[in-house]
Amino acid sequence: MSMKTVFERTSGLTETQTHYCPGCTHGIIHRMVGEVLEEMDILEDTVGVASVGCSVLSYEYFNCDMTQAAHGRAPAVATGIKRVLPDRFVFTYQGDGDLASIGIAEAVHAAARGENITVIFVNNAIYGMTGGQMAPTTLIGQKTATTPFGRNAAVQGLPIRVSEMLSTLDGTAYIERVSTHDVPNIIRTKKAIRKAFETQKQGHGFSMVEVLSSCPTNWGLDPSESLDWIKDNMVPAYPLGVYKDSQKEAGQ
Amino acid sequence: MEEILIAGFGGQGVMSMGQLIAYAGMNEGKYVSWLPSYGPEQRGGTANCAVVVSEEQVGSPLVSRPSTAIVLNNPSYEKFEPLVKQGGLLVVNASLISKATERSDIKVLNIKATEHANVLGNPKVANMVLLGAFLEETGILSDESILEALKKVLSPEKHSLLGINRRALELGRSLAGNVKI
Amino acid sequence: MAKVLMKGNEVIAEAAVHAGCKYFFGYPITPQSELVAYMARRLPEVGGVFLQAESEVAAINMVYGAAGTGVRVMTSSSSPGFSLKQEGISYLVGAELPALIVNVVRGGPGLGNIQPAQSDYFQVTKGGGHGDYYTPVLAPSTLQEIIDLTEAAFEIADTYRTPVILLGDGMLGQMMEPVEFKDLTEREPGQKEWATTGTRGDGKPRTITSLDLNADALEKRNEHLQKKFAMIRQNEVRYETYETEDADYIVTAYGTAARIAMNAIQKARKAGLKIGMIRPITLWPFPEQPFIETRDRVKGYLSVEMSAGQMVEDVRLAVDGRAPVSFFGRTGGVVPAQEEIYEQIVNISGGVEV
Repeated sequence: MSMKTVFERTSGLTETQTHYCPGCTHGIIHRMVGEVLEEMDILEDTVGVASVGCSVLSYEYFNCDMTQAAHGRAPAVATGIKRVLPDRFVFTYQGDGDLASIGIAEAVHAAARGENITVIFVNNAIYGMTGGQMAPTTLIGQKTATTPFGRNAAVQGLPIRVSEMLSTLDGTAYIERVSTHDVPNIIRTKKAIRKAFETQKQGHGFSMVEVLSSCPTNWGLDPSESLDWIKDNMVPAYPLGVYKDSQKEAGQ
Repeated sequence: MEEILIAGFGGQGVMSMGQLIAYAGMNEGKYVSWLPSYGPEQRGGTANCAVVVSEEQVGSPLVSRPSTAIVLNNPSYEKFEPLVKQGGLLVVNASLISKATERSDIKVLNIKATEHANVLGNPKVANMVLLGAFLEETGILSDESILEALKKVLSPEKHSLLGINRRALELGRSLAGNVKI
Repeated sequence: MAKVLMKGNEVIAEAAVHAGCKYFFGYPITPQSELVAYMARRLPEVGGVFLQAESEVAAINMVYGAAGTGVRVMTSSSSPGFSLKQEGISYLVGAELPALIVNVVRGGPGLGNIQPAQSDYFQVTKGGGHGDYYTPVLAPSTLQEIIDLTEAAFEIADTYRTPVILLGDGMLGQMMEPVEFKDLTEREPGQKEWATTGTRGDGKPRTITSLDLNADALEKRNEHLQKKFAMIRQNEVRYETYETEDADYIVTAYGTAARIAMNAIQKARKAGLKIGMIRPITLWPFPEQPFIETRDRVKGYLSVEMSAGQMVEDVRLAVDGRAPVSFFGRTGGVVPAQEEIYEQIVNISGGVEV
C-alpha cells in the first residue's frame, strides 16, 4: 500500500510549538500567513513585526526575520524597516488592544501615509495576554475583567470598527474583514491575506486584513461555542467584506 | 571684544544683519557667535539677535550688556537703551524712533535710516544704512568682508541687490560722520 | 572644507550625514526644529530617507525598525519629546540596537519653556526608561565639537550595539558659530550579521527582541548588558581639563555652562585666583578620574549647571567626601552669566585682593 501526502507543515512557520490556548484561532491565522509567504516564495525577503499581547511570541513561530515591537508601535517599526528596505516584504501581526487602543495613532498614520506594508489585525474583542480586559473592540454588553457588568456605552464608550475607519483614508490600498469561525471563512481569510501581500508586492500601499478571532479562555466558552460566538455576536457587529480595494476602484 | 545686540520688528532684517556681522567677522579670522531670540511669535513681534566678535574664543553667546545696541523700533529702544555698557554705542533708526536718550555715558547715532533707504530706492536696506554707521563708528570690520558675507547670505538670484546694499553701507558710513554727538 | 557659519541644530544634522547616517525619523519641537527641517532637505540629496513621524513615540519606534536593518539612523527632539522616547530607548537597549538620539534640552518640568537648560541630566545619565541600563551620553560645548562627537556617537553605537545620546541645549541648537567639516566621503555600510533584512539565503531567520519570559535567561541578558556597560566605562570616558595642575579650586561644568564658566575662570586667573576646570564630555560614563586625581590636593569644587543641581551628585560621588563640593545653577531656561559664575568663584575661594 502506498502512502500519499495529504497535509504538510508549512515552511512559513518554525517547528516551535505555540503557546496559544486550546481553541484559540491565532494558530490558524499564523498558519495561513505562513502558507501565503511560502506560496509567494517570499519568506527569505520578509521581515515580520511582532506586537505585544498574546501574539508577542509570534517571532518564534514565523519562519522569517522578525522584530519585536513595543506595545502598539508595530506599524511605526514596520515603517522604519520598509523605508530602509523598500524591496522587502514587511508585515505586522497585531491584536485589537495593540492596534486599536494603544497603537491606534501608529496604525492610522501608517495607513494615511500609504506605507507599503501589510497589517494582520487579529480582533477577538478582548485583551487576552493580560487576562481578559476590555478592548476597544469589546462589544456592548460583553463582560470582561474590566467591564464586569458588561460594556456600557454610557461609561466605556462604543466599539471601534477599524476596517471601516481606516478605509476612509486615501492612503489605504486594500482592507478586508474576514473571520475564522468556519472552514469557508477560513479559506476566505487566506485569500484576503494573499491579496494583501500581493497588494504590497505591487507597491500599491497600505494593506490590512482584520481577522475576527476567538478567545475561549477569556470569553469563558469552549472552543466550539467560541466559534459560534464569533458568528452570532461579532460578525453582526463587524460585518465581513472588502472595505477598500483601490485597484478595483481605480479600474472601475 | 564687541558684544552687539540688534533688535527690531520681524521683517526689518534684524537677524540677517547680525548674521552678516558674524560672517564678516569669521572671514576676517575672528571668533564669532550669533544667537537669535526665539519664541512663539513668528511674525510682527520684536525680534533680536546677539552677535559676539572677539579675538578670543567666545564663551557665552548671550549678550546681556551690549557694547553696541542697534535698535530699529520703539520697543527695542526702550528695552535695550538702558542696557548699553558704559562707553558703548547706541545706533538708532531715527525714522521710526523719536525718543532721545538721557544717558551721557554712551555714544548715540541717530540715523534716519528708513528715509535714506527710500531715497536709495528700497526701504529694506535701512538695516544696511544702520550697519554702515555702526561699522564707521567701531571700525571692527571692512565693507569688503560684509559684502563678501552678503554674497553668502543672499541667494544667487538676489545678487542683483548687492549694488544697492553697498550704496546703503557707504551712505551709512558717511552719515555716521555727520551725526556724531 | 572652508569654515561656514551654521546653526547648532544644522551642524548636528550635517555632522550626522558626514557620519554616514542616511535615515532620520523625527517630530518638530522647539528648540530643535531646524534639525528636522535640515534633514528634510538634506537626506534626499545623499540618497537617504527623511520621515516626519506622527509623534515622538512613533519616531523612536521607526528608528527601532530601521536600526534593526543595520543602518545608521537617528532621531532628535527636545525635553518633553525626549521623555516620550524613553520607552523606545529602553527597547533599543534591550534589543541591542545602535542609534543616535539627540536631546536639545529646554526648560522644564512639564511643558516648561523653550529656553536652554541642562535639567535632563538625571534622565539621560541614569537610564531614563525602565529597566537596568545606561546609555552613553555625549555633551558638546561648541559647534565644532558637535561634529566630532556626532561621529563618535555613531561609532560607539555601532561598536557596542547601543543607543547613544547627544545632549545639547537650546542655546547650542539655536546659536551660530563657524565650523569646518571634512569633505564628505561615501562610506561602505558595515555588514551587521544580526540585522533583520530578510534571510536571503544566509540561513536561519534572525530575531530582534528585548523579551525573555524566562527569568534566568533575562538575568543572563542583563549580565551581558552590564558587561557591556563596564566596557563602555573603561573605554569611552571623555573629558577635558584646564589648568587643574596648580588649581586651588576646580570648576566643573559641561556643554553651554562650561563655555561660560571658562570665561569666568580665565577672568579669575587674571585676578590671581588659581582656578581650574574639569569639563565632562561624556556624562555617562561620568569622568571620575580627573576628580580622583585632584580631590586630595584641591580645596574644593564648584559644579556650575543650568539645573537645580544634577551633575553635582556625580561630582560628589567621584570626590567621595575628600573635598568640599559646592553648586551654582540657574533653572527654568535662565543661562548663568559669566559675571555671576565669577562671583561664585570669588566667594568659594575667599575673595580676591583688590
